Amino acid sequence: MEFINDVIGVITAPGWRHFVGALLCAIGGVSTVIAAAGVLRFPDFYTRLHAASVTDTLGALTLILGMAFLAPGLLIVFKLILIGLFLVLTGPTSAHAIANAAYTAGLEPIIGKIGLQKAKEEDEA
Amino acid sequence: MLYVMGLATALTLLWLGMSGIYEPVVLSLGVISIAITVILATRLGLKDRETSPYHRIIPFLLYTPYLIVEILKANLTVIKAILKPDMDIQPTMVKVKTTCKSDLAKVIFANSITLTPGTVTLRVDDDSMLVHGLYEADAQPEAFEEMDRRASIAGDGRPSKGKGATK
Amino acid sequence: MTLLSVAAVGIFVSIALLLIRLFVGPSLYDRVLAVNSVGTKIVVLLALVGFMMGRPDFLDIALLYALINFVTTIAILKFFRYRSFQISLIKPEVEPKGEAE
Repeated sequence: MEFINDVIGVITAPGWRHFVGALLCAIGGVSTVIAAAGVLRFPDFYTRLHAASVTDTLGALTLILGMAFLAPGLLIVFKLILIGLFLVLTGPTSAHAIANAAYTAGLEPIIGKIGLQKAKEEDEA
Repeated sequence: MLYVMGLATALTLLWLGMSGIYEPVVLSLGVISIAITVILATRLGLKDRETSPYHRIIPFLLYTPYLIVEILKANLTVIKAILKPDMDIQPTMVKVKTTCKSDLAKVIFANSITLTPGTVTLRVDDDSMLVHGLYEADAQPEAFEEMDRRASIAGDGRPSKGKGATK
Repeated sequence: MTLLSVAAVGIFVSIALLLIRLFVGPSLYDRVLAVNSVGTKIVVLLALVGFMMGRPDFLDIALLYALINFVTTIAILKFFRYRSFQISLIKPEVEPKGEAE
């Protein structure tokens, strides 16, 4: 029993728990910036969609996991899990809705090599 | 009746988790709102096997670790593609055959494809999906077979052997 | 605390970048994508600011915003596809008799 209490004490000790949580939050923040840069850089709508889905998964979920490490109580962890679950359920659904609407409306995707690979092929030709 | 009980249990857990105040007044408000929700859901006819898939929770939980690993791998690919100074992406569109039978399994499969960065489902038909991929090498129909098999286990309860199955 | 500030500043910068895409975006769908993405970031930012201020009550607002964000995206897309909010997305299986136009 004492051993279990020790383990629980180590897990809930604020020191390293807060550090890990803050580190995960920082990773999430940096990855959202990368994803936003991708939304600006990519050449057409469908490729931008891929960059935006980095935000929905890696960015938001790492941030929420990090905040769960920082949380002072179990109720807050429960709420964070609810938010994460909701983002995971609705993120791809709205991404699919946008993509399907664009495809149905006849927005043509760029197919084939773009940028460096295309330039390489033109050199060889 | 079983599904109504399941819905009431889920709503009770949601209320207890969200409110965090366990006084008689607040709890009685919770009971009233749960009762109203259950009555409205019953009137809407949301009480069959399809709308409350509680029997699928454990297979779905077994599916999530695989999904998380796939999401991490795909994230690294897309982040590399964004950070490269020269664009060298190769967008493609492929038709992916699915062996999933029920709507739930199809939703799980299509949502997993969209959730992994680098692939987005554009259209869902009866037994195939139109997928837009960032790299041609990553978006081959063979690359989705594993995910399809696992999604149909999570949604249908067994690896279904339809005409789209390859093995 | 500094690491949390890094995360918050990162979210702010990415919202700014997405706003550029929102105003530049050549097609309607780029703009909807940017709005949806900004919404997701605001959900996370609300929760994060709540943690930084030591008031985790903000999580309820974040959860509510996540719900509203999803409905907003679907409503915008529905409006620009059908030019109306009134059309049912699910077709009735049996056509009502006598009331058809």
